[in-house]
Amino acid sequence: MELFYSLLPELIRMVVCAVCGAVIVFGNALVMGYAERKLAGHIMYRPGPMEVGFHGILQLVIDGLKLMGKQLVIPKNADKPLFMLAPLLAFAPVFVPMLVIPFSDKIQGFDLDVGLLLILAFASINVLAILIGGWSSNNKYSLFGAIRSVAQNVAYEIPMLISLLAIVFMTNTFSLKEIAAAQSPVWFVVIQPLAFLIYIVAMVAETNRAPFDLPEAESELTAGFHTEYSGMSFSLFVLGEYANMFIVCSVATVFFLGGSSGIPLPYFEYTGIVWFLLKVYALMFFLVWIRWTYPRTRFDQLMNFCWKYLIPFSLVNLLLTVVLVKLI
Amino acid sequence: MKSYFSVLFTGGWSLIVGLKVTLKALFSPIVTCQYPREKLEITPNYRGHIDLVKFDDTGTHKCITCGSCMRDCPSDCIVVDGEKREGVKGKFCTVFTLDFTKCSLCGACVEVCPTKTLDYSNEYELAGTTREEFYYDLLKRVEERE
Ligand code: SF4
Ligand code: SF4
Repeated sequence: MELFYSLLPELIRMVVCAVCGAVIVFGNALVMGYAERKLAGHIMYRPGPMEVGFHGILQLVIDGLKLMGKQLVIPKNADKPLFMLAPLLAFAPVFVPMLVIPFSDKIQGFDLDVGLLLILAFASINVLAILIGGWSSNNKYSLFGAIRSVAQNVAYEIPMLISLLAIVFMTNTFSLKEIAAAQSPVWFVVIQPLAFLIYIVAMVAETNRAPFDLPEAESELTAGFHTEYSGMSFSLFVLGEYANMFIVCSVATVFFLGGSSGIPLPYFEYTGIVWFLLKVYALMFFLVWIRWTYPRTRFDQLMNFCWKYLIPFSLVNLLLTVVLVKLI
Repeated sequence: MKSYFSVLFTGGWSLIVGLKVTLKALFSPIVTCQYPREKLEITPNYRGHIDLVKFDDTGTHKCITCGSCMRDCPSDCIVVDGEKREGVKGKFCTVFTLDFTKCSLCGACVEVCPTKTLDYSNEYELAGTTREEFYYDLLKRVEERE
């Protein structure tokens, strides 16, 4: 009993964090689903969703209901357990990184010493989910999509990690909170513009979004790895994708855009979240913007760009950073 | 080696140009017409199904029931009939129907009409559930039109 009472605050904290994480994941998917379609529409001179609610604001709710009501079709020759496991595996891990993201000075689930590693580890489970989904569908399009996704993610993880490593060398910590705090006078985007650029490119590739959406290239692969998925199992992939976007953009905000710093508001330890979310959604807007601007890259272009440009540049950047950190 | 970097710069510049294009499009007014609620002005050149023209001087059409349109129609979808009446020059038109299910909108009837009383209408909301809805009585239509 003693033990229970001593653990109680910690337990409550865990439950609250988990609930908040879930709220962020689903809320973000709603906001981004709507924003993406609206922005896509306006970029193409059309209004986007218009029918359900004021300017289509309830469209996503209706879509969610529709997807829930749909039958889950499992192909006859699919590997059933794996087929059902893949969407869960794509979706479940996205909650964990939410716990360590410092939304403001005081709003953070847990300030882990290895926060960055935790995020990267859980973010890369997504690749496994895509591979399992593509493999178990027993469909050549799915399999090709999955294989592409793995090749792409493995390649782009390297420049992503190296560009983040440059920041880690400068701040000497993996804790997201301390990294955000280390940028009090100038944001790291000013000191490390190259790392920022490389991270942005790698982040688009990691989230499998256009122009790097080869795993689901509609023109050649139907829908890539989720060709065979329907109803809720499909929407779990989509929810996972939006949550992953949120996570990579949060990491970019923490590492390069000063976390929750900004013009002080009252109770800034808490209200810093406004600036944080503003920066995250500005980056998300950028992701949507480039998605509706650029055509899809070819696979060899994608790989060449990573191995010939991003990785050498990020290595040079890392070396320069290390030398400068040593000198100063 | 030189091309290694030049590709980076030309490519990067083209990406920025692309972003500018879409950003401009994002803040431009939308061009979609929300159809059932909003309707576009139909151009007078629009070629809908044929209709009898209502002339201002006579207050009605000027068909003399010559039958040229009926004979010229490649799809055989016009039926014209008339009778002789006192005080009317030519024949008086009593039947003028169009079977729009067969009309190919070729315009031969409009070309051939000696009194220029046939013209294309601007009608485009033509959805129907039965075949009979597309058998038009053009005489009735010209009466009902103001
Ligand atoms: S448009 Fe051509 S097909 Fe149609 S009624 Fe006239 S002549 Fe016949
Ligand atoms: S060609 Fe003209 S005038 Fe002759 S029957 Fe047809 S509509 Fe009447």
